[in-house]
Amino acid sequence: MIENQFQLDNIRPVPLSKIISSVEEMTKNANYYVNNDIKEGLTNALETEESKTGINILNQLLENATIAGDKQVPICQDTGIAVFFVEIGQNVHIVNDCKGIDNIHDGTLEEAINEGVRRGYQNGYLRKSIVNDPFDRVNTGDNTPAVIHYDIVSGDKIHMHFAPKGFGSENMSRIYMIKPSDGIEGAKKVILETIDAAGPNACPPMVVGVGIGGSFEKAALLAKKSLLRPINQPSHIEYVRELEEELVRKANNLGIGPQGMGGRTTVLGINIITHPTHIAGLPVAINISCHATRHAEVII
Amino acid sequence: MIKITTPLTIEKVQSLKAGDEVLLTGTLYTSRDAGHKRMMEQLDKGEQLPFNIEESIIYYVGPSPAKEGEVIGSAGPTTSYRMDSFTPRLLDLGLKGMIGKGYRSKEVIASMIKNKAVYFGAVGGAAALIANCIKSSKIIAYEELGPEALRKLYVEDFPVIVVIDILGDNIYETEKEKYRIVQ
Repeated sequence: MIENQFQLDNIRPVPLSKIISSVEEMTKNANYYVNNDIKEGLTNALETEESKTGINILNQLLENATIAGDKQVPICQDTGIAVFFVEIGQNVHIVNDCKGIDNIHDGTLEEAINEGVRRGYQNGYLRKSIVNDPFDRVNTGDNTPAVIHYDIVSGDKIHMHFAPKGFGSENMSRIYMIKPSDGIEGAKKVILETIDAAGPNACPPMVVGVGIGGSFEKAALLAKKSLLRPINQPSHIEYVRELEEELVRKANNLGIGPQGMGGRTTVLGINIITHPTHIAGLPVAINISCHATRHAEVII
Repeated sequence: MIKITTPLTIEKVQSLKAGDEVLLTGTLYTSRDAGHKRMMEQLDKGEQLPFNIEESIIYYVGPSPAKEGEVIGSAGPTTSYRMDSFTPRLLDLGLKGMIGKGYRSKEVIASMIKNKAVYFGAVGGAAALIANCIKSSKIIAYEELGPEALRKLYVEDFPVIVVIDILGDNIYETEKEKYRIVQ
Protein backbone atom coordinates (compact mmCIF):
# COMPACT_ATOMS: atom_id res chain seq x y z
CA MET A 1 0.00 0.00 0.00
CA ILE A 2 1.37 3.41 -0.93
CA GLU A 3 0.66 4.80 2.55
CA ASN A 4 3.17 2.38 4.12
CA GLN A 5 6.00 3.96 2.15
CA PHE A 6 5.67 7.21 4.10
CA GLN A 7 6.87 7.60 7.68
CA LEU A 8 4.36 8.84 10.16
CA ASP A 9 6.80 9.99 12.85
CA ASN A 10 6.83 13.62 11.81
CA ILE A 11 3.06 13.90 12.28
CA ARG A 12 2.37 16.02 15.33
CA PRO A 13 -0.85 15.52 17.26
CA VAL A 14 -2.61 18.66 18.53
CA PRO A 15 -5.46 18.07 20.97
CA LEU A 16 -8.74 19.93 20.64
CA SER A 17 -8.58 20.96 24.30
CA LYS A 18 -5.46 23.03 23.60
CA ILE A 19 -7.21 24.76 20.73
CA ILE A 20 -10.25 25.56 22.86
CA SER A 21 -8.22 27.03 25.71
CA SER A 22 -5.94 29.03 23.39
CA VAL A 23 -8.90 30.51 21.55
CA GLU A 24 -10.61 31.43 24.83
CA GLU A 25 -7.46 33.25 25.94
CA MET A 26 -7.12 35.11 22.63
CA THR A 27 -10.70 36.36 22.65
CA LYS A 28 -10.13 38.07 25.98
CA ASN A 29 -6.65 39.45 25.26
CA ALA A 30 -7.63 40.95 21.93
CA ASN A 31 -10.58 42.74 23.51
CA TYR A 32 -8.94 44.05 26.69
CA TYR A 33 -5.53 45.23 25.45
CA VAL A 34 -4.90 47.83 22.76
CA ASN A 35 -1.94 46.68 20.67
CA ASN A 36 1.28 48.68 20.85
CA ASP A 37 1.21 49.83 17.25
CA ILE A 38 -2.21 51.42 17.77
CA LYS A 39 -1.18 53.07 21.06
CA GLU A 40 1.89 54.42 19.31
CA GLY A 41 -0.25 55.69 16.43
CA LEU A 42 -2.63 57.50 18.77
CA THR A 43 0.24 59.00 20.80
CA ASN A 44 2.04 60.18 17.64
CA ALA A 45 -1.22 61.71 16.40
CA LEU A 46 -1.30 63.98 19.47
CA GLU A 47 1.83 65.66 18.07
CA THR A 48 0.32 66.43 14.68
CA GLU A 49 -3.37 66.97 15.45
CA GLU A 50 -4.42 70.61 15.15
CA SER A 51 -8.04 70.39 16.28
CA LYS A 52 -8.70 71.00 19.98
CA THR A 53 -11.67 68.62 19.91
CA GLY A 54 -9.50 66.12 18.03
CA ILE A 55 -6.83 66.24 20.74
CA ASN A 56 -9.51 65.82 23.42
CA ILE A 57 -10.81 62.73 21.62
CA LEU A 58 -7.34 61.20 21.14
CA ASN A 59 -6.67 61.68 24.86
CA GLN A 60 -9.99 59.98 25.70
CA LEU A 61 -8.99 57.03 23.52
CA LEU A 62 -5.60 56.67 25.21
CA GLU A 63 -7.20 56.95 28.65
CA ASN A 64 -9.74 54.35 27.57
CA ALA A 65 -6.95 51.96 26.57
CA THR A 66 -5.43 52.29 30.05
CA ILE A 67 -8.74 51.74 31.84
CA ALA A 68 -9.66 48.73 29.69
CA GLY A 69 -6.27 47.07 30.17
CA ASP A 70 -6.17 47.73 33.93
CA LYS A 71 -9.74 46.58 34.61
CA GLN A 72 -9.66 43.81 31.97
CA VAL A 73 -12.83 45.06 30.32
CA PRO A 74 -13.48 45.51 26.60
CA ILE A 75 -11.86 48.47 24.86
CA CYS A 76 -15.06 48.79 22.85
CA GLN A 77 -18.50 47.38 23.69
CA ASP A 78 -18.68 45.96 20.16
CA THR A 79 -16.47 42.96 20.86
CA GLY A 80 -17.08 42.02 17.27
CA ILE A 81 -17.81 39.11 15.05
CA ALA A 82 -15.09 36.54 15.80
CA VAL A 83 -12.81 36.34 12.75
CA PHE A 84 -9.94 33.86 12.60
CA PHE A 85 -7.10 33.23 10.18
CA VAL A 86 -5.77 29.74 10.89
CA GLU A 87 -2.61 28.37 9.34
CA ILE A 88 -2.46 24.61 9.80
CA GLY A 89 0.83 22.86 9.22
CA GLN A 90 0.49 19.88 6.90
CA ASN A 91 2.04 17.62 9.54
CA VAL A 92 -0.53 18.48 12.20
CA HIS A 93 -3.01 15.83 13.21
CA ILE A 94 -5.93 17.15 15.18
CA VAL A 95 -6.93 14.81 18.00
CA ASN A 96 -10.28 14.78 19.75
CA ASP A 97 -9.60 14.63 23.48
CA CYS A 98 -12.95 16.27 24.19
CA LYS A 99 -15.31 13.38 23.62
CA GLY A 100 -18.49 13.92 25.59
CA ILE A 101 -17.92 17.63 26.08
CA ASP A 102 -20.89 19.80 25.18
CA ASN A 103 -20.70 21.30 21.70
CA ILE A 104 -18.00 18.86 20.52
CA HIS A 105 -19.89 16.34 18.37
CA ASP A 106 -17.60 15.45 15.49
CA GLY A 107 -14.33 16.54 17.07
CA THR A 108 -13.58 19.09 14.37
CA LEU A 109 -11.23 22.06 14.50
CA GLU A 110 -14.20 24.28 13.69
CA GLU A 111 -16.12 23.01 16.73
CA ALA A 112 -13.10 23.62 18.95
CA ILE A 113 -12.63 27.19 17.71
CA ASN A 114 -16.32 27.93 18.22
CA GLU A 115 -16.20 26.42 21.72
CA GLY A 116 -13.22 28.63 22.54
CA VAL A 117 -15.21 31.65 21.34
CA ARG A 118 -18.23 30.56 23.34
CA ARG A 119 -16.19 30.24 26.54
CA GLY A 120 -14.16 33.40 26.01
CA TYR A 121 -17.17 35.57 25.25
CA GLN A 122 -19.02 34.21 28.28
CA ASN A 123 -16.23 34.07 30.86
CA GLY A 124 -14.63 37.26 29.55
CA TYR A 125 -17.79 39.38 29.79
CA LEU A 126 -17.67 40.07 26.06
CA ARG A 127 -20.77 41.06 24.11
CA LYS A 128 -22.76 38.43 22.19
CA SER A 129 -23.36 40.16 18.90
CA ILE A 130 -24.25 37.40 16.43
CA VAL A 131 -27.73 36.69 15.03
CA ASN A 132 -28.76 33.34 13.58
CA ASP A 133 -29.96 34.57 10.19
CA PRO A 134 -29.59 37.87 8.33
CA PHE A 135 -33.35 38.37 8.23
CA ASP A 136 -34.72 36.41 11.20
CA ARG A 137 -32.10 38.02 13.46
CA VAL A 138 -32.37 36.06 16.69
CA ASN A 139 -29.23 36.44 18.81
CA THR A 140 -27.33 33.15 19.01
CA GLY A 141 -26.46 34.00 22.61
CA ASP A 142 -22.80 32.95 22.50
CA ASN A 143 -21.17 35.00 19.71
CA THR A 144 -20.84 31.93 17.51
CA PRO A 145 -20.48 30.94 14.78
CA ALA A 146 -17.06 32.43 14.17
CA VAL A 147 -15.86 33.30 10.68
CA ILE A 148 -12.80 31.13 10.07
CA HIS A 149 -10.35 31.33 7.17
CA TYR A 150 -8.04 28.32 6.84
CA ASP A 151 -4.70 28.02 5.11
CA ILE A 152 -2.75 24.79 4.90
CA VAL A 153 0.97 25.47 5.14
CA SER A 154 4.10 23.44 5.63
CA GLY A 155 5.23 22.40 9.10
CA ASP A 156 3.71 20.96 12.24
CA LYS A 157 2.27 23.98 14.01
CA ILE A 158 -1.13 25.63 14.11
CA HIS A 159 -0.80 29.42 13.93
CA MET A 160 -4.07 31.16 14.82
CA HIS A 161 -4.85 34.84 14.41
CA PHE A 162 -7.95 36.24 16.11
CA ALA A 163 -9.21 39.58 14.85
CA PRO A 164 -12.63 40.50 16.27
CA LYS A 165 -14.36 42.89 13.90
CA GLY A 166 -16.75 45.61 15.00
CA PHE A 167 -19.45 46.49 12.56
CA GLY A 168 -19.51 50.28 12.74
CA SER A 169 -16.41 50.24 10.57
CA GLU A 170 -17.20 46.98 8.77
CA ASN A 171 -20.42 48.52 7.42
CA MET A 172 -18.39 51.24 5.71
CA SER A 173 -16.29 48.73 3.73
CA ARG A 174 -16.58 48.47 -0.05
CA ILE A 175 -15.36 46.47 -3.00
CA TYR A 176 -14.87 47.88 -6.49
CA MET A 177 -14.21 45.95 -9.71
CA ILE A 178 -12.34 48.69 -11.55
CA LYS A 179 -10.91 48.42 -15.08
CA PRO A 180 -7.28 47.54 -15.69
CA SER A 181 -7.03 50.83 -17.60
CA ASP A 182 -8.10 52.72 -14.45
CA GLY A 183 -4.75 51.69 -13.02
CA ILE A 184 -3.17 52.79 -9.76
CA GLU A 185 -4.86 56.20 -9.94
CA GLY A 186 -8.20 54.43 -10.19
CA ALA A 187 -7.37 52.38 -7.12
CA LYS A 188 -6.32 55.48 -5.16
CA LYS A 189 -9.57 57.19 -6.14
CA VAL A 190 -11.86 54.44 -4.86
CA ILE A 191 -9.84 53.91 -1.69
CA LEU A 192 -10.03 57.61 -0.79
CA GLU A 193 -13.72 57.80 -1.77
CA THR A 194 -14.48 54.91 0.58
CA ILE A 195 -12.64 56.57 3.47
CA ASP A 196 -14.36 59.90 2.73
CA ALA A 197 -17.82 58.31 2.63
CA ALA A 198 -17.15 56.44 5.87
CA GLY A 199 -16.45 59.64 7.76
CA PRO A 200 -17.61 59.65 11.37
CA ASN A 201 -19.51 56.36 10.99
CA ALA A 202 -16.33 54.29 11.10
CA CYS A 203 -15.06 55.85 14.36
CA PRO A 204 -12.01 57.64 13.00
CA PRO A 205 -9.09 57.57 13.32
CA MET A 206 -9.44 54.53 11.08
CA VAL A 207 -7.15 51.70 10.13
CA VAL A 208 -7.75 50.72 6.51
CA GLY A 209 -7.05 47.31 4.99
CA VAL A 210 -6.88 47.06 1.20
CA GLY A 211 -6.75 44.00 -1.03
CA ILE A 212 -5.94 44.59 -4.70
CA GLY A 213 -6.12 41.83 -7.30
CA GLY A 214 -7.12 38.17 -7.11
CA SER A 215 -10.80 37.48 -7.63
CA PHE A 216 -13.84 39.21 -6.11
CA GLU A 217 -13.69 37.27 -2.85
CA LYS A 218 -9.90 37.00 -2.72
CA ALA A 219 -9.55 40.78 -2.79
CA ALA A 220 -11.94 41.09 0.15
CA LEU A 221 -10.13 38.36 2.08
CA LEU A 222 -6.78 40.06 1.49
CA ALA A 223 -8.23 43.36 2.68
CA LYS A 224 -9.25 41.73 5.98
CA LYS A 225 -5.94 39.87 6.24
CA SER A 226 -3.99 43.07 5.75
CA LEU A 227 -5.56 44.39 8.98
CA LEU A 228 -3.55 41.77 10.88
CA ARG A 229 -0.34 43.60 10.04
CA PRO A 230 0.79 46.21 12.62
CA ILE A 231 0.34 49.72 11.24
CA ASN A 232 4.00 50.55 11.82
CA GLN A 233 5.07 47.73 9.48
CA PRO A 234 4.80 48.84 5.87
CA SER A 235 4.54 46.53 2.88
CA HIS A 236 7.82 44.92 1.90
CA ILE A 237 7.09 45.69 -1.77
CA GLU A 238 8.52 49.13 -2.49
CA TYR A 239 5.79 50.55 -4.73
CA VAL A 240 3.11 49.28 -2.36
CA ARG A 241 4.86 50.88 0.60
CA GLU A 242 4.95 54.19 -1.27
CA LEU A 243 1.27 53.80 -2.13
CA GLU A 244 0.45 53.17 1.54
CA GLU A 245 2.34 56.31 2.60
CA GLU A 246 0.76 58.47 -0.11
CA LEU A 247 -2.74 57.29 0.76
CA VAL A 248 -2.23 57.94 4.49
CA ARG A 249 -1.21 61.53 3.63
CA LYS A 250 -4.15 62.03 1.29
CA ALA A 251 -6.63 60.40 3.68
CA ASN A 252 -5.49 62.70 6.47
CA ASN A 253 -5.92 65.65 4.10
CA LEU A 254 -9.64 64.84 3.89
CA GLY A 255 -10.02 66.73 7.18
CA ILE A 256 -12.45 64.22 8.71
CA GLY A 257 -10.44 63.99 11.95
CA PRO A 258 -11.04 62.01 15.16
CA GLN A 259 -14.68 60.89 15.35
CA GLY A 260 -15.33 62.88 12.17
CA MET A 261 -15.37 66.13 14.10
CA GLY A 262 -12.63 67.70 11.99
CA GLY A 263 -8.88 67.40 12.23
CA ARG A 264 -5.63 66.07 10.80
CA THR A 265 -5.94 62.49 12.08
CA THR A 266 -8.39 60.59 9.92
CA VAL A 267 -6.39 57.37 9.53
CA LEU A 268 -3.70 55.79 11.71
CA GLY A 269 -2.51 53.54 8.91
CA ILE A 270 -3.36 51.92 5.59
CA ASN A 271 -2.18 48.36 4.86
CA ILE A 272 -2.28 47.05 1.29
CA ILE A 273 -1.84 43.51 -0.03
CA THR A 274 -1.62 42.94 -3.78
CA HIS A 275 -2.16 39.68 -5.66
CA PRO A 276 -2.02 38.39 -9.23
CA THR A 277 -5.32 38.86 -11.00
CA HIS A 278 -7.20 38.26 -14.24
CA ILE A 279 -6.22 40.05 -17.48
CA ALA A 280 -9.64 41.71 -17.54
CA GLY A 281 -9.86 42.74 -13.91
CA LEU A 282 -8.62 45.02 -11.14
CA PRO A 283 -10.58 44.21 -7.97
CA VAL A 284 -10.02 46.71 -5.14
CA ALA A 285 -11.46 45.78 -1.75
CA ILE A 286 -11.37 48.30 1.08
CA ASN A 287 -12.02 46.92 4.58
CA ILE A 288 -12.46 49.86 6.94
CA SER A 289 -11.46 49.28 10.54
CA CYS A 290 -11.30 51.72 13.42
CA HIS A 291 -8.82 52.66 16.14
CA ALA A 292 -10.07 49.58 18.04
CA THR A 293 -8.43 47.32 15.48
CA ARG A 294 -7.83 44.24 17.61
CA HIS A 295 -5.60 41.26 17.03
CA ALA A 296 -4.23 38.40 19.10
CA GLU A 297 -2.30 35.38 17.90
CA VAL A 298 -1.04 32.06 19.18
CA ILE A 299 1.17 29.32 17.80
CA ILE A 300 0.33 25.82 18.98
CA MET B 1 -17.34 72.60 29.27
CA ILE B 2 -21.10 73.05 29.65
CA LYS B 3 -22.78 71.06 32.41
CA ILE B 4 -26.30 69.88 31.61
CA THR B 5 -28.64 67.87 33.82
CA THR B 6 -31.67 66.01 32.51
CA PRO B 7 -34.54 66.44 31.73
CA LEU B 8 -33.66 68.24 28.52
CA THR B 9 -36.05 71.17 28.70
CA ILE B 10 -36.62 73.56 25.83
CA GLU B 11 -34.44 76.21 27.52
CA LYS B 12 -31.56 73.77 27.79
CA VAL B 13 -31.71 72.62 24.14
CA GLN B 14 -31.95 76.22 22.96
CA SER B 15 -28.74 77.03 24.81
CA LEU B 16 -26.71 74.36 22.99
CA LYS B 17 -24.76 75.06 19.80
CA ALA B 18 -23.04 72.64 17.42
CA GLY B 19 -19.51 72.06 18.65
CA ASP B 20 -20.25 72.62 22.35
CA GLU B 21 -18.45 70.21 24.67
CA VAL B 22 -20.96 69.08 27.29
CA LEU B 23 -20.87 67.04 30.50
CA LEU B 24 -24.23 65.31 30.91
CA THR B 25 -25.66 64.27 34.25
CA GLY B 26 -28.96 62.52 34.81
CA THR B 27 -31.15 59.90 33.16
CA LEU B 28 -30.55 58.33 29.76
CA TYR B 29 -32.54 55.55 28.07
CA THR B 30 -30.61 53.07 25.93
CA SER B 31 -31.95 51.70 22.68
CA ARG B 32 -30.66 50.66 19.28
CA ASP B 33 -31.78 48.63 16.26
CA ALA B 34 -34.01 45.91 17.71
CA GLY B 35 -35.23 48.09 20.57
CA HIS B 36 -36.33 50.84 18.20
CA LYS B 37 -38.19 48.30 16.11
CA ARG B 38 -39.99 47.17 19.27
CA MET B 39 -40.93 50.71 20.17
CA MET B 40 -42.43 51.23 16.71
CA GLU B 41 -44.42 48.00 17.09
CA GLN B 42 -45.76 49.19 20.45
CA LEU B 43 -46.71 52.58 19.02
CA ASP B 44 -48.40 50.93 16.03
CA LYS B 45 -50.49 48.88 18.44
CA GLY B 46 -51.48 52.03 20.31
CA GLU B 47 -49.46 51.02 23.37
CA GLN B 48 -47.57 53.36 25.67
CA LEU B 49 -43.80 53.37 25.45
CA PRO B 50 -42.12 51.82 28.52
CA PHE B 51 -40.68 55.18 29.59
CA ASN B 52 -41.68 58.83 29.60
CA ILE B 53 -40.24 60.07 26.31
CA GLU B 54 -40.90 63.78 26.76
CA GLU B 55 -37.73 65.80 27.36
CA SER B 56 -35.78 62.54 27.46
CA ILE B 57 -32.46 61.50 25.95
CA ILE B 58 -31.89 58.19 24.16
CA TYR B 59 -28.35 56.77 24.08
CA TYR B 60 -27.68 54.46 21.16
CA VAL B 61 -25.65 51.72 22.83
CA GLY B 62 -25.49 47.95 23.26
CA PRO B 63 -23.21 47.45 26.26
CA SER B 64 -21.01 44.43 26.88
CA PRO B 65 -22.05 42.37 29.95
CA ALA B 66 -21.22 43.78 33.38
CA LYS B 67 -18.49 42.08 35.40
CA GLU B 68 -19.25 41.10 39.00
CA GLY B 69 -19.59 44.25 41.05
CA GLU B 70 -19.70 46.56 38.03
CA VAL B 71 -22.73 48.66 37.11
CA ILE B 72 -22.43 48.02 33.38
CA GLY B 73 -19.96 46.65 30.87
CA SER B 74 -18.17 48.77 28.30
CA ALA B 75 -20.69 51.18 26.83
CA GLY B 76 -19.60 53.35 23.92
CA PRO B 77 -22.03 54.65 21.28
CA THR B 78 -23.22 52.67 18.27
CA THR B 79 -23.63 54.18 14.81
CA SER B 80 -26.79 56.29 14.78
CA TYR B 81 -27.88 56.17 11.12
CA ARG B 82 -29.37 52.72 11.60
CA MET B 83 -32.00 54.30 13.87
CA ASP B 84 -32.79 57.13 11.43
CA SER B 85 -35.94 55.61 10.00
CA PHE B 86 -37.47 55.37 13.49
CA THR B 87 -36.33 58.70 14.86
CA PRO B 88 -38.70 61.36 13.50
CA ARG B 89 -41.63 59.53 15.10
CA LEU B 90 -39.91 59.59 18.49
CA LEU B 91 -38.97 63.25 18.08
CA ASP B 92 -42.62 64.04 17.36
CA LEU B 93 -43.46 62.38 20.71
CA GLY B 94 -41.12 64.66 22.63
CA LEU B 95 -37.67 63.04 22.52
CA LYS B 96 -35.24 65.94 22.97
CA GLY B 97 -31.75 64.41 22.84
CA MET B 98 -29.97 61.56 21.16
CA ILE B 99 -26.43 60.36 21.85
CA GLY B 100 -24.62 58.26 19.28
CA LYS B 101 -22.02 58.64 16.60
CA GLY B 102 -22.06 59.19 12.86
CA TYR B 103 -24.21 60.88 10.26
CA ARG B 104 -27.95 61.54 10.57
CA SER B 105 -30.26 61.67 7.59
CA LYS B 106 -31.86 64.82 6.15
CA GLU B 107 -35.23 63.64 7.46
CA VAL B 108 -33.91 63.28 11.01
CA ILE B 109 -32.25 66.70 10.90
CA ALA B 110 -35.45 68.30 9.58
CA SER B 111 -37.40 66.67 12.41
CA MET B 112 -34.80 67.85 14.95
CA ILE B 113 -35.23 71.42 13.72
CA LYS B 114 -39.02 71.13 13.76
CA ASN B 115 -39.12 69.55 17.24
CA LYS B 116 -36.14 71.44 18.69
CA ALA B 117 -33.97 68.45 19.58
CA VAL B 118 -30.22 67.99 19.84
CA TYR B 119 -27.89 65.24 18.61
CA PHE B 120 -24.82 64.57 20.75
CA GLY B 121 -21.76 62.57 19.74
CA ALA B 122 -20.02 60.39 22.30
CA VAL B 123 -16.53 59.06 21.53
CA GLY B 124 -16.84 55.74 19.76
CA GLY B 125 -14.47 53.20 21.26
CA ALA B 126 -13.98 55.07 24.53
CA ALA B 127 -16.30 52.42 25.90
CA ALA B 128 -14.52 51.63 29.16
CA LEU B 129 -14.05 55.33 29.91
CA ILE B 130 -17.75 56.03 29.29
CA ALA B 131 -18.75 53.08 31.48
CA ASN B 132 -17.04 54.83 34.40
CA CYS B 133 -19.56 57.69 34.06
CA ILE B 134 -22.53 55.32 34.35
CA LYS B 135 -23.50 55.10 38.01
CA SER B 136 -26.56 52.88 37.70
CA SER B 137 -28.22 50.75 35.05
CA LYS B 138 -31.59 49.01 35.12
CA ILE B 139 -33.34 47.03 32.38
CA ILE B 140 -36.87 48.41 32.13
CA ALA B 141 -38.12 46.67 28.96
CA TYR B 142 -37.30 44.21 26.16
CA GLU B 143 -35.03 42.15 28.41
CA GLU B 144 -34.93 39.28 25.92
CA LEU B 145 -33.04 41.52 23.51
CA GLY B 146 -29.94 41.16 25.72
CA PRO B 147 -27.51 43.96 24.83
CA GLU B 148 -30.33 45.67 22.95
CA ALA B 149 -32.70 45.81 25.93
CA LEU B 150 -34.13 49.16 27.03
CA ARG B 151 -32.04 50.32 29.97
CA LYS B 152 -32.50 53.30 32.24
CA LEU B 153 -29.07 54.73 33.07
CA TYR B 154 -28.01 57.32 35.60
CA VAL B 155 -24.85 59.08 34.41
CA GLU B 156 -22.56 61.72 35.91
CA ASP B 157 -20.44 64.03 33.78
CA PHE B 158 -20.73 61.89 30.65
CA PRO B 159 -18.58 63.77 28.07
CA VAL B 160 -20.39 64.42 24.79
CA ILE B 161 -20.13 66.95 21.98
CA VAL B 162 -23.09 68.66 20.31
CA VAL B 163 -22.90 67.42 16.72
CA ILE B 164 -26.20 68.84 15.43
CA ASP B 165 -28.08 71.59 17.24
CA ILE B 166 -31.70 72.76 16.97
CA LEU B 167 -30.83 75.01 14.03
CA GLY B 168 -29.45 72.06 12.08
CA ASP B 169 -25.81 73.21 12.28
CA ASN B 170 -23.72 70.07 11.89
CA ILE B 171 -20.06 69.79 12.90
CA TYR B 172 -19.59 66.72 10.71
CA GLU B 173 -19.98 69.15 7.79
CA THR B 174 -18.51 72.37 9.12
CA GLU B 175 -15.38 71.10 10.90
CA LYS B 176 -14.17 68.83 8.09
CA GLU B 177 -14.04 71.85 5.76
CA LYS B 178 -11.64 73.66 8.11
CA TYR B 179 -9.08 70.85 7.92
CA ARG B 180 -9.67 69.58 4.39
CA ILE B 181 -6.85 70.06 1.89
CA VAL B 182 -8.13 69.72 -1.68
CA GLN B 183 -5.70 67.65 -3.78
